Amino acid sequence: MTESNKNLLLSLQKYSASAMLLFFILINALLTPNFFRAGTLNNVITQICPTILCSMGMTLVISTGGIDISVGSVMAMAGVITARLMTGSGLIPAVAAAVAVSVLIGCITGFMVGKLRLQAMVVTLGLMLGLRGVAQVVCSGRDIYFNKLGDVGAQLSQWGSFKIAGCIPVQIIPIFLSVLFVWIMIEKTILGRQIQAVGDSPKSSTLAGIHSVRILMIVYGISAFFAAFAGIFQAAKVSVAAGSSLGQLAELDAIAAVVIGGTPMSGGKAHVAGTIVGALIMQVITLTCVMNNIPDQYAQVFKAAIIVIAVFIQREKTK
Amino acid sequence: MSEILLEIEGLEKSFPGVHALKRVRLQVRKGEVHALMGENGAGKSTLIKVLTGIYQKNSGTIRFDGEEINARTPIEANEKGISTIYQELNLIPFQTVYENLFLGREPLSRCRRIDRQKMISETQRILNDLGVSIDVTRPLGHYSTAIQQMVAIARTVSINAKLVIMDEPTSSLDAKEVQILFRIIRQLKKQGISVIFISHKLDEIFEICDRLTILKDGEYVGDYDIREMNQLRLVSLMVGRDMAKLERSKQEYRFSNAKPIAELKNIHQGMRLHGIDLEIRQGEVVGLAGLLGSGRTEIAQILFGSTMPDDGEIFWWGEKVHIHSPSDAIRKGMGFCTEDRKTEGIIPHLSVRENITIALLPKLQSFGFIKTKEQNDIVQSYIKRLKIKTPSPEQAICNLSGGNQQKVLLARWMCMNPKLMILDEPTRGIDVGAKAEIENLIRELSKSGISVLMISSEIAELERNCDRIIVIRDGKVTGELTGVEISQDTIMETIAKNGREEVTEHD
Repeated sequence: MTESNKNLLLSLQKYSASAMLLFFILINALLTPNFFRAGTLNNVITQICPTILCSMGMTLVISTGGIDISVGSVMAMAGVITARLMTGSGLIPAVAAAVAVSVLIGCITGFMVGKLRLQAMVVTLGLMLGLRGVAQVVCSGRDIYFNKLGDVGAQLSQWGSFKIAGCIPVQIIPIFLSVLFVWIMIEKTILGRQIQAVGDSPKSSTLAGIHSVRILMIVYGISAFFAAFAGIFQAAKVSVAAGSSLGQLAELDAIAAVVIGGTPMSGGKAHVAGTIVGALIMQVITLTCVMNNIPDQYAQVFKAAIIVIAVFIQREKTK
Repeated sequence: MSEILLEIEGLEKSFPGVHALKRVRLQVRKGEVHALMGENGAGKSTLIKVLTGIYQKNSGTIRFDGEEINARTPIEANEKGISTIYQELNLIPFQTVYENLFLGREPLSRCRRIDRQKMISETQRILNDLGVSIDVTRPLGHYSTAIQQMVAIARTVSINAKLVIMDEPTSSLDAKEVQILFRIIRQLKKQGISVIFISHKLDEIFEICDRLTILKDGEYVGDYDIREMNQLRLVSLMVGRDMAKLERSKQEYRFSNAKPIAELKNIHQGMRLHGIDLEIRQGEVVGLAGLLGSGRTEIAQILFGSTMPDDGEIFWWGEKVHIHSPSDAIRKGMGFCTEDRKTEGIIPHLSVRENITIALLPKLQSFGFIKTKEQNDIVQSYIKRLKIKTPSPEQAICNLSGGNQQKVLLARWMCMNPKLMILDEPTRGIDVGAKAEIENLIRELSKSGISVLMISSEIAELERNCDRIIVIRDGKVTGELTGVEISQDTIMETIAKNGREEVTEHD
C-alpha cells in the first residue's frame, strides 16, 4: 500500500461517520419530498434531544472503558418522580429532586465499578431492570398524564413544546448545553484528560496519581444527570410520564451513537463531535423511513447495519 | 552449514511519518543463531513483524527456504516454518503444559476424542529432547517464566519450525534460567533449526550467537561473524559512540551526614518481604540488588503506596507517614518508573504531551481547566532536554520506541520536581545509546539533590550509577556496599555469599 493510499484510508476513517451522514442527507434530498423544510429540522431537534443527552454522558462512560445501559431506566425514573412530586412541591423542586436521585444512583454505580471492581455491564444491567421497576412503582403502574395534573402539569407540557422565538424547539437548549459541557470537559479540563487516561490504561493512570474511583463516580454521575434531564424533557414533550415505556431502548441509541462516532468501546480517546454525528445518523435513518412511509422495523434493520459497518471501519484505527 | 535459509533483500517499510526500514537486508543460514542488533527504533521489531506477517512490506523480497514468501498473517508465516517467541508469551497459563503444547492441533483418538495419553507422552518426549523435565500435567502457570518459555519453544519445535525468532527472550530470566535457555538454543542448532536472537545484553550475544546483523535508524549497517567482533566494536557500530562514558562515575561515599528522606522500618508484606529496614538519604543514588523475586520491586511498590505493607513503619523526612495510594506518594514528592512500562507506565493512546503532564495536571490548572500554554512549554522543554525522538508532541506514545517511551515517563516525574525517584529496571529493553542518556539523567538528578532508588538486574548498571547498594535476598536486607567498596565483583560476592550462608543455615 502506498503512502497516499494509506493517508486516504486514514482520512476515510476519520471522516467516515460524517461522510455517512452526508450520504444519507443526499439520498433524502433525492428521494424524500419535503426533506429540506424547517419542519424536518425541528422534528430532528425534538426527537434527537434524549439521544444526544444520553449519548453525551455515554461518551464519557465509554471513554473510561465502561458502559452504562441503565440510562433508559434512569430517564423513566426521573420523568416519573418529577410527575409525581410536582403537584405537591412545584415544578422546579420536583425536577431538582429527580435529578438529585439520579445523580446519586450514578455515583453509586461509579463506586461499584471503580472501587468494588464490578463489571460496568453487570452493574448497569441490574440498574436497568431495577430502576425500571422503581419507575413503575413510583407511578403505581399507571401512566401519569400531565393534563390531569392541573396547572403544574400544563406548565411542564408547555415547557416541552415551547418554541424559542416561535420557531426553534426548546430542546435545542439542553442539546446545546450538554454538548458544550462535555466538549469543554474533554478538550479543556484536566478531568477530561484523566477520564481518557483511566479508560486507556487504568493501571498506569493509578500509578500516575489519578483517583480512578473518584473519576468513575463523577462520570457515571454525569451520565445519570444527563439521562435524568433527557427523561424529563421527553416526558414534557409527550405530556405523559410512563414508567413502563419512557426511555425504553434509549441506552442502545446512545451507545450506538458513541460507537458510530468513533470512541473505542475499550476506552480511551473520546470523540464528542463523532457522537453527535452518530446520533444524527440514527435520527436521519428513522426520519427517512417515517417520511417515506417505511415501517419502523426496517429502520431498525438499517440502524443495525450502520452500527456494524461503523464498527468495522473504526476497527482499522486501533491497529 | 552454509546453506542459506532466509534471505531478505531491499526491504522497505514505512508508516505515516516514519520510514522504518530502508533497503534492509538479512541473511540467516541453516542451523545458525543470528543476532539482530540495533538501538531501539533501529527497526528490529518492524523487521520481525514484517517477516512474521504482522505488518506488510512496501517493497523488497523475502526468500525463505528457497521460495519467495510474503506472509499476510502470523499463521501463514507459522505454516511456512517461521515461529516467534514473544516477550509476552501467548500461552494459556491455567491449562496444562501438554494442552498448551498441542493447543489448536490436538491429536484425536480413534473415536474422535482428544487423545490425552498421546499428548502427554509426546510432550514429555519433546521436552526431554530439549533437556527439560517437568510434570506436564500441571497447569503452565504453575511454572516459572523460564519454563513457560521453554514450553513455548517446545511448541514451535513440535510444529516443525525451521526458524525460531526470539525477541528479548532473556529479559525476564535470571542467570541460571538464561543458561537453560541457551542449552535449548544449542539443541535447536543441532537439529538444524535457525534462530534469530534479539537481545540488548551483549554478553549473551557473544555467548550464543554465530553471526549478527546490525541495523541503525532503519538501515542495514552490515553483517559480521561473531569471531571478528568484540563488544566495543559492536557498540560503536550500533551507536557510533564511545563506550568510555559508561564507566563508574562515583567514588567516595559523600552522604553519611545527609538527611534521611525516606525510611522503611521492619516492613513485612505477604510472602515477599520479611522485615525490611532501609534508608534513603537526600541526593544519593541507592541501588537495590538481588535476584529476581527477592522482593526488590515490592519495596518500591510499598514506598509508592501501590501495595500496602502488612506490618512496619514508613518515615518521610523523619516523620511517620501512611502512604495509601500512589497519589499520596506523588503529593509527598515521589515518582515511580515501573518495570513494566507498557501496562504500568505509558497511557498508550494518549499523546506524548498528555503522557508527560498527566501527573502534573492538578498543578497545571485554573478552575479545572488546563493551562495549555504552560503545558506546551513544559512539554517542549522536556522533549528537548531529554532528546525524546518524536515527530510531534501530539504523537500517540505507543508509536514511540521503548527508549523514548521511558524518557517520556522520566519526564513525567521530573517535571513534578520530585524529592525521590524510584526507577525499577530503568534501562530494561533499551538500547545502549538511550541507556547512556538515561544514566546521565540519573546522575543529573542526584546532583540536583534528588534521591534515586534504583532497581536493576544488571549489576554493571548498579555499579556505574549507585552511591550505595543494598542487597536483598528472600525479602530481607542481606548486605550493604558504599562508595569505593562498590564493584561488580563485590556486588556479586555479596549476593552469592548470602546464598551460601542460606544453604548452611538450612543444613
